[in-house]
Amino acid sequence: MKKENFIWSSIKIGLIAGTVGIFLSLVGMVEVFNKRDVIEKVITLGMFLLLATSVVAGFLASRRTSELLEGNRAASNLAAGLLAGLATGIVLALFVLFMNNVNLRAVFLNATPALSELLTFGRGAGGLWLLPAFGAATGLVGGAFLLLPENIRKPITHAAAMVIFMALFSSLLRIIMVNQGGGIEKAAKSLFSQTGLTQNGAWVFIIVTLVISTLWSSQGEKVQSSVEKLPSKGKKALRALGILLIAYVVIMLPQSAGPFIAQVIVIISLYILMGLGLNIEIGFAGLLDLGFVAFYAVGAYTVGLLTSYGEYGLMHVPFWVAVPIAVLISMMFGGILGVPVLGVRGDYLAIATLGFGEIIRLLAGSDYLAPYLGGPRGIIGIQKPCIGTLGEFVAVDVPRICNGIELSKPQDIYYLAIASAMLIAFFAYRLRESRLGRAWMAIREDEDVAEALGIKLVQVKLLAYMLGAAFAGLGGAIFATLVGSIFATSMQLIVSINVVALIIVGGMGSIPGVIVGALALIGLPELLREVSEFRFLLYGVALIAVMLAKPEGLWPSKTISRELHHDEAAETNS
Amino acid sequence: MRTTLGERLTDWAISGFMWGFRILIVFIIVYGTFSTLSSGKYTGEQWIDFIVFGISQGSIYALIALGYTMVYGILRMINFAHGEIFMSGAFSGYFVATWLDEKGFIDANPVLGLLIPILFAMFMSASISMLVERIAYRPLRNAPRLVPLISAIGASFFLAYAFRGLFGPGVYAYPPIKALDGEWVIFGVGILRSQVIVAIAAAVIMAILYFIVMRTKIGKAMRAVSEDKVTAALMGIDVNRIIVSTFAIGAAMAGAAGVLYALIYRQVFFLMGFTPGIKAFTSAVLGGIGNIPGAMLGGLVLGIFESVGPALFLDGLGIPRPYQLKDAIAYTMLVMILLFRPSGILGERLTSKKA
Repeated sequence: MKKENFIWSSIKIGLIAGTVGIFLSLVGMVEVFNKRDVIEKVITLGMFLLLATSVVAGFLASRRTSELLEGNRAASNLAAGLLAGLATGIVLALFVLFMNNVNLRAVFLNATPALSELLTFGRGAGGLWLLPAFGAATGLVGGAFLLLPENIRKPITHAAAMVIFMALFSSLLRIIMVNQGGGIEKAAKSLFSQTGLTQNGAWVFIIVTLVISTLWSSQGEKVQSSVEKLPSKGKKALRALGILLIAYVVIMLPQSAGPFIAQVIVIISLYILMGLGLNIEIGFAGLLDLGFVAFYAVGAYTVGLLTSYGEYGLMHVPFWVAVPIAVLISMMFGGILGVPVLGVRGDYLAIATLGFGEIIRLLAGSDYLAPYLGGPRGIIGIQKPCIGTLGEFVAVDVPRICNGIELSKPQDIYYLAIASAMLIAFFAYRLRESRLGRAWMAIREDEDVAEALGIKLVQVKLLAYMLGAAFAGLGGAIFATLVGSIFATSMQLIVSINVVALIIVGGMGSIPGVIVGALALIGLPELLREVSEFRFLLYGVALIAVMLAKPEGLWPSKTISRELHHDEAAETNS
Repeated sequence: MRTTLGERLTDWAISGFMWGFRILIVFIIVYGTFSTLSSGKYTGEQWIDFIVFGISQGSIYALIALGYTMVYGILRMINFAHGEIFMSGAFSGYFVATWLDEKGFIDANPVLGLLIPILFAMFMSASISMLVERIAYRPLRNAPRLVPLISAIGASFFLAYAFRGLFGPGVYAYPPIKALDGEWVIFGVGILRSQVIVAIAAAVIMAILYFIVMRTKIGKAMRAVSEDKVTAALMGIDVNRIIVSTFAIGAAMAGAAGVLYALIYRQVFFLMGFTPGIKAFTSAVLGGIGNIPGAMLGGLVLGIFESVGPALFLDGLGIPRPYQLKDAIAYTMLVMILLFRPSGILGERLTSKKA
């Protein structure tokens, strides 16, 4: 096959990058992110986004050129970067020109004069030439970047990533640090501005990251090998120290971070709970379940009905009595819904369970069951958990008095959620190494062979459904007490999809993977509330990107990644 | 083979449970139907209205279902983003139709005024679908099965919220077409014109598709690829090109369905693709996934059941506002089909490896 000319390929990359830039502008990202700074008075997040497209275009064009020419040639690489950046800029400039002359607003909501102002750097039509110029310059930077040696390139990438990360989370970190008071508060104010990093802050982060990254790349292996050489006692002590440190952070976090972050962490730990439950079904036993929210709903509604002091409360029992009942009932539902789908496999199973999940939601929200479940009005007035004795139930809509400690704030529920998540992580870990866990994995690999080896499919599969459902029920129970009310509308399919996605993104069958997946897919979007408009957009991009880059997940279990690589090895051999 | 008493007991328990489940469903259907009919709450005309509405609704499901079924037939993959492709068609059609409406074109030429938005929507949906296939699915073609599914879910979120960003979160009203207002009286029963036109348009589009698949070279190649990719490639078929054109044709059907849906419901918004998407998938499974006439039949059956079912089965049981449970009927049908006849109405029995 004839090889592509590098000039043409660079221009093509530039054109694609320009289109991406137009998309980012029209979707409203550039304008919204422009309100946030990366570095105060230097660059806003919106500008950064646009510049990043041309830098990346330059870098990609330069890399492609090296591939085409089979080696780096400084002049061609730089030219490729320049061309790609220029093409990006020209596409954007043409877009601005078009936008100024044709009224795009009738169709595209964000094609406002403000956007065109922004793209021409506030200079109107006279600033149009700036776009290609900036594009070419940044493209050149991207192209040159490839030519740098590895040990310089890495620290720079790390530093840039660090600055962006800190800028994104600046308001959050600022709040946490300001709450500490004293010297930390002063440090926070000098590092973070209201909208991003201060110039000083940026320098501090850049220099610290550069130093650490350079040191690690030169000394890292030595440190690792010296840790390896430690006697087993030393290793254990090191690990214990690490665990203690994490435990300290986990315990102290809500005290210093305030209710918002506590609530976010509760939600994350609920998803970890459910993730661990579903991991038994998907990760261990290979049963793809898209109706997981059904069991979550069962747990939530059971706790709601049992403890609520509102209209629909049935028993008025304390939380601690209601939770085991809720878990048992969810488990029962897991069995009931599990029996019919025993013989269904693969994608069909996913769709059948999805159907179950939706049926349960529709029933819970319908007028038919409204006399019992509140219908669209939901169940309100769920009693908060109380350590101590609960006062008598007096009347409807009057909360019962707690003689003791009432876990009413999100910070308190946080400990409850973390404790349950840890308990269940331990449970899941022990299960995986048990006889049952191995039976599940055998089913995952090949049902027919597993059956031939004497594994009782019916029992083992039902146990997977029931245990998964039990965990989901616990998650639902805690969620109900956290919010204090339940509505059928919060039992959407998106909950099930979130749980499946976090398992796959984290790494199927891996317990730390579930935690990483929950932090990445649930935690990050919750924390980045300012970009909430683009939350699901970015969520979608992230799902695709992770699947393209790391199909085995961010923290895969050892067996699964070994299998994937085994496949690759076999393919290259044959 | 030796089986212990315990195993036999579990087998009995499970088959007893399944039979109980079947009997329950049959009881609901029979008892509900009987008591609704005997109460005489609905007139004959109302039943015909339900059925006509079901047919037009069902033909839209059938159009969307074709895309699911064709892609599944070739790649064994659930294209989760297909509902969003349908939504993109509705949006494209809406913008063209509004533009034409402002110029007064639709009132002057109602036929073209209907046709142009549909053609544009088909074109846009096909392009978007090809883009999605290139970026999110093609690199994952040999990955484990869950991986493309998650990628497809990602694509579905991306498309829905990209449309929200581009066009805003509001609900747009599709411009009314005067020629479609009002009723036609057939055999003394008034039938809404728009519903008849939607059903006819869907039937014409499906006929064209059937012709393409059964009579043209590319259709032959598609059938060959869905039968056996490797052998098809050995026969000189460009498998990649066939996969892309399958995506494009399926998406074009969904785009047309989007405009027809907007014609009936008059509402276009960025989350509109989800429920019809799931329903259409149900139709595809109902008819036997991978089977083109099956998807058409499945869509019609689902549409009619959904429109007649709440009144016929649930009203008689004394359930208040049975239309709230219209979707539950669709999902129950889905579950029942998967449990008791996973191959669908027209499908052949799949081996476990294929399912």
